Amino acid sequence: MADMDFAAPFARMVDAACPPATVRAIERGESHAALWDQFEKSGFLDALVPECAGGSGLSLAQVGPLIQTAGRHALPLPVGDTMIARWLFAMLGKAAPHDAILLASTRAALTRRPPTEVADLGLFENGGELYLAALAGLSDETPVEHVGPVPEGGLRLLAALVRAASIAGAAGALLDRTVRYANERVQFGRAIGKQQAVQQQLAVMAEQCVAARVASEIGFAGPLPLRPEAVAIAKAVTSAAAPVVAATAHAVHGAIGISEECDIQLLTRRLHQWRISEGSEAYWEGRLGTARLADVASSVDWLVAASSVPSR
Amino acid sequence: MFETLSLQTIPPEDEALRPIIRALAAEVADGVAADVRARSWQGFDSAFSRRLGAEGFIGLTLPKRYGGSERGPFARFVVVEELLGVGAPVAAHWIADRQSAPLILNFGTEEQRQHYLPPICRGELCFCIGMSEPGSGSDLASVRTRADRTAGGWRLNGQKIWTTNAPHSDYMIALVRTSGGAEDRHDGLSQLIVDLKAPGVVVRPIVDLAGDAHFAEVFFDDVDLPAEALIGVEGEGWRQVNAELAFERSGPERIYSSIVLLDAWLTHLRRSGVATEATVRLAGRFTARLATLRAMSIACTGQLARGESPVIEASLVKDLGTSLEQDIPQAIADDLASRPDDAVDGELLRTLAYVTQVAPSFSLRGGTREILRGIIARGMGLR
Ligand SMILES: Cc1cc2nc3c(=O)[nH]c(=O)nc-3n(C[C@H](O)[C@H](O)[C@H](O)COP(=O)(O)OP(=O)(O)OC[C@H]3O[C@@H](n4cnc5c(N)ncnc54)[C@H](O)[C@@H]3O)c2cc1C
Repeated sequence: MADMDFAAPFARMVDAACPPATVRAIERGESHAALWDQFEKSGFLDALVPECAGGSGLSLAQVGPLIQTAGRHALPLPVGDTMIARWLFAMLGKAAPHDAILLASTRAALTRRPPTEVADLGLFENGGELYLAALAGLSDETPVEHVGPVPEGGLRLLAALVRAASIAGAAGALLDRTVRYANERVQFGRAIGKQQAVQQQLAVMAEQCVAARVASEIGFAGPLPLRPEAVAIAKAVTSAAAPVVAATAHAVHGAIGISEECDIQLLTRRLHQWRISEGSEAYWEGRLGTARLADVASSVDWLVAASSVPSR
Repeated sequence: MFETLSLQTIPPEDEALRPIIRALAAEVADGVAADVRARSWQGFDSAFSRRLGAEGFIGLTLPKRYGGSERGPFARFVVVEELLGVGAPVAAHWIADRQSAPLILNFGTEEQRQHYLPPICRGELCFCIGMSEPGSGSDLASVRTRADRTAGGWRLNGQKIWTTNAPHSDYMIALVRTSGGAEDRHDGLSQLIVDLKAPGVVVRPIVDLAGDAHFAEVFFDDVDLPAEALIGVEGEGWRQVNAELAFERSGPERIYSSIVLLDAWLTHLRRSGVATEATVRLAGRFTARLATLRAMSIACTGQLARGESPVIEASLVKDLGTSLEQDIPQAIADDLASRPDDAVDGELLRTLAYVTQVAPSFSLRGGTREILRGIIARGMGLR
């Protein structure tokens, strides 16, 4: 599998570069320059940039697993967003800045972002045009730099897709951790994971995690420009899964999961945040439902058409 | 975890079957009321099954030398999806095509393959699954129906229950005890092909809550069977039955049981022009879940195509799939009745009533929700 060729080294790199202590330090406001520098030098940030423009020319489907990996590690910097942003700059024939770029479909989403959403610049959409803004001290009045026209379908599709993959990755990491914990924690003389009630909860959690991952893959299948229905499927399903996965992870961890010291909070917090970023499940279900009702096809016809990915 | 469940594409040569099977399905589904088509794989029509057999749509995964078309699980996925999508009556060949034929191919002798597989592929033989008994539901290893060796073969005594299609079937593949007792659990179980016309077999249909009689009780009173009734290896029944269940649980029927109702509801919404926010969202939610489940089901199909036995993955897809199948009637009922002054046509209401009533069976048949979740937990190393 060719995708694995990029995913494995990327995962090794993130693993080494960004342990939970680093996540916490950056969230506390310590400099992220050293960490960002590693990503910058790795070349992964130009994954989507065509080879002729100095990038790796990877397909969207190849990049999906990388963004999931970033989610798995609760990476506190917008690596997936920046990959997309650099591709957009390349498409516009412009040189991309070297900084960490957060995508947002509106300027308000940038000014009101949670403090843990650390980045240098924000790329947002306004009136069909893309703008770049420095995030430090950003207000509704700060001057911004015009970048060019928005990509087909709007920036929200791209930003939501990154959130979907991030959710899928974080959910998978929580499942691994929670299953491991259930096998270690002993109560009543045996591992809590031996209790059928706990097993059944974990089975449901696993179902949600797999559904989230597969839905994210649906969003990433096929070439750019993105298909709105595919993104809607991805974000609706991942967003709906997020609170279920977070709740089960906490339920099974008990009180320890409520402590700052336990790493699951880094992931569950992000699940909730990504769920509501760029449209919750209700928003995307609404968009998808509107498209579905406008189409007279039977369910099977619609599903077959939606899954047939146009080749590049 | 469960990395095998990942996006796959149906090969174009299998996708190419779609228009052909669609036209065939339309012949029996067009003009038939939705509440009849909602019976999905419970709908019985021998003539249609023979027609499908003649056109090469049964035994798609079987080798040509046994009458199959050697196309593989993806072709079967396409065909099954098209048939279920419109609620074509498929019961007459359903179980034989889905699990009995692969079982016979995998574990049967050459004679058994020659004997059973060609007529199955022609859509002429109807099989049923003899697993459950009055005292053995989820705890399948506790079956008490027993076959003892005789000079010429086997003598069968006991009872099966909930056997789908037994009243129409030619054969049952039964899980029975051939040695030891209940304490031996998974050891000493075997699978036998039981000719339901043999003396000593009595089939008594059971009427279900919707008034249909698709399943039955089957009694065996000193039924003499030839030695060749044994399928596979004596004492290996448990392992074989688990391989069989992977076929039983992994197909698209585990996501499409409410599809006829879903489409009838969508048509109603379009016709009546209802587009309240809640309704539109519900349509979107069903669509998103269905698209994801379909991709998961195709991933299971890919595992079958690679010769793997997706026992755990199939359980995961089935549990999630039946949850959607059950949510559909519940949410549609609430949606329609959220506008009590709107006119809803009788056909949609009858379809809703039928699916609502049978929906609890979706997470019972083929293994209950709790049992499937236990299998998933085992797959994660918790048991
Ligand atoms: C429409 C329909 C068609 C069917 N067709 C066939 C067929 O063709 N052939 C065939 O052999 N069988 C068939 N069955 C039977 C089906 O396989 C059984 O219903 C199923 O295995 C469950 O057994 P049971 O109904 O005896 O329920 P039980 O096993 O008695 O279970 C009742 C409840 O207890 C729960 N439970 C049981 N054990 C446990 C446990 N260890 N942990 C947690 N919960 C548990 C179950 O999950 C369930 O909720 C059919 C059933 C239906 C509804």
